[in-house]
Amino acid sequence: MRIVVLLKAVPVVGTERLTSDLRTDRSGTLEANGADEYLLEAALKLAETSGAEVTLLTIGPAGATEALRKGLAMGAASAVHVADDQISGSDGTQTVELLAAALGRLEYELVFCGADSSDGGGGVVPAALAVRLGLPYLSYASQIEPAPDGSSVRIRRLNPTGYDVLEAPTPALVMGTQVLGEPRYPSLRGIMQARSKQVQTWTLADLGFEPSAVGAAAARTAVVSAERPPERGGATVIRDEPDAAVQQIVEFLATRRLL
Amino acid sequence: MTATGAAVAASTGLTDEERLLQETVRDFATRELAPGAGERDEAERFERPLFERMAQLGFTAAPFPEEAGGAGFSYRAWTLVMEEVAYADMAMAITLSVHILSQYPVFACGTEEQRRRWLGPMLTGEALGAFGLTEPHAGSDASAIRTRALRIGVAGSPQAYRVTGSKIWISNAPDAERYLVFATVDPDAGSAGITAFLVEKGMPGFRLGRKERKMGIKACPAAELIFEAMEVPAENRLGAEGEGYRIALSALGEGRISIAAACTGLAQAALDAAARHLTERRAFGGPLSEQQGLRFMLAEMAQKVAAARALTRAAAEAKDRGEPIGEAASLAKWTASDAAMSVTTDAVQLFGGSGYSRELPVERMMRDAKGAQIYEGTNQIHRLIVAEQVLKRAAEAR
Repeated sequence: MRIVVLLKAVPVVGTERLTSDLRTDRSGTLEANGADEYLLEAALKLAETSGAEVTLLTIGPAGATEALRKGLAMGAASAVHVADDQISGSDGTQTVELLAAALGRLEYELVFCGADSSDGGGGVVPAALAVRLGLPYLSYASQIEPAPDGSSVRIRRLNPTGYDVLEAPTPALVMGTQVLGEPRYPSLRGIMQARSKQVQTWTLADLGFEPSAVGAAAARTAVVSAERPPERGGATVIRDEPDAAVQQIVEFLATRRLL
Repeated sequence: MTATGAAVAASTGLTDEERLLQETVRDFATRELAPGAGERDEAERFERPLFERMAQLGFTAAPFPEEAGGAGFSYRAWTLVMEEVAYADMAMAITLSVHILSQYPVFACGTEEQRRRWLGPMLTGEALGAFGLTEPHAGSDASAIRTRALRIGVAGSPQAYRVTGSKIWISNAPDAERYLVFATVDPDAGSAGITAFLVEKGMPGFRLGRKERKMGIKACPAAELIFEAMEVPAENRLGAEGEGYRIALSALGEGRISIAAACTGLAQAALDAAARHLTERRAFGGPLSEQQGLRFMLAEMAQKVAAARALTRAAAEAKDRGEPIGEAASLAKWTASDAAMSVTTDAVQLFGGSGYSRELPVERMMRDAKGAQIYEGTNQIHRLIVAEQVLKRAAEAR
């Protein structure tokens, strides 16, 4: 069983900034996108229980290697980094084309990805990528169970009354949620072992793309304006012993007919 | 994980692996250690499962080579672990530091068999270690220890030793399984009689005495060790008879760098807390951070943290290069523990009444700092060590 985990490198949460042309500023420190780490954790559990081989795939600037290094230290076997200065400013469609091309050069039964990214937050890539590759799309997985022979995969998706079970033949693309479980910390030994793991860097030429096909100039969507959300005021902070605090919260909600 | 300005400054000049290590330990300490640190202090409770979690991630094996079962990090990398753990919980940092301190001599001076038997469970954290040197009559003057080891069996090749005496202020003692204990085979020989022994919990004749009632690092319990004709097999003697003093001093050199790193982390935590408070707390129509007098205090705190970190890293790097570390370790430990005491005291002052309250962590930080000026060599002893080196160089230059 070979699993490719799409791991985006995003600005450290809380430090996000837009550039003057309203694009995400990726010049600062990047970290692995939190939503993708849940899927990495799910993949690593499968690596432990059924010997799956986990490859990381990212598109991003040089700073994205930090996120890959962490993923390798957590236990992924290898990584692919698609890096090319021309890619900067690409939109969701172009990202999907690039990922599809990169996946075309990899062998896999499953592709895992998080629901969205903490920087752009478009949330279109998982479904669009599945469509582009003609893969079954299993979304919002809370549990992922591949068949022992790897020929199919079954997921659970939570619904308001319980959960749905979805099953599809592989290769397939699975988008999952935080219900899959908290990502592990890299172990110290894992950090040292990551040094000798393979990270392949692919350029646009490696993927057979013309530079003019990607980047801001070729993007079909653009951000026209961005505004800060209005400050939220008037928060009521309750500091008390748990029992007393609960009572106050219940009263607060009850007076507003929220209970 | 939000990178503060201080965190960025603390990560310059590190390797990629060291930065990921620093980030990992910070992440773990922020999420797993910091939330319960105050409660553990209040209850004077060591939480073994937290230690085990750190062990699973490899903290207990960090500074040992991979071929010895360690994680293969440098000693500089170890100082990053100590800084980040102490930032969240000084008591847990000291537990970890003492655990490493009690392993280092076995790694450095043990036989192949001793390393295998003794280090295995300590590297994995299944066994917790303690370091038994201090006695009621022998603190700074460690050569004056009275715990006596009598040879049993053939002279020249004893089968065992019968150890009688007591140790005080032994950190980790109540919870440890492995103790590195120093005793003398010849009380008249001074430091030349001191010998190191590997002692296990449950050995007949060994029991714990009174639990120490401490001002700080309360979640790192310390206790008295009592030996009443405890029989230690000869294969548990570490190094030769009379080598114990050298073994102890060498281990303490490394331990002092580790303590210095913990103090740097503790001081950094107090500095960051104070800086946040100055920007949030308002008085006289503006945030406290607009008061120049308070800004001066904050800057002086930052100066002390930076100096502590620089000397600590310099000492660790000297160790990684295989150079003598005595003087560098003393400078680092003395500077960093004084910095921690001064910075945490100033943090309490900047917080005002709330800083004096046990509801906020700065008073705990201040109590946790004090001990570090005393243990692993009082800061007065460190002055003597430094002066001796300075005078030695002066004599050599003449």
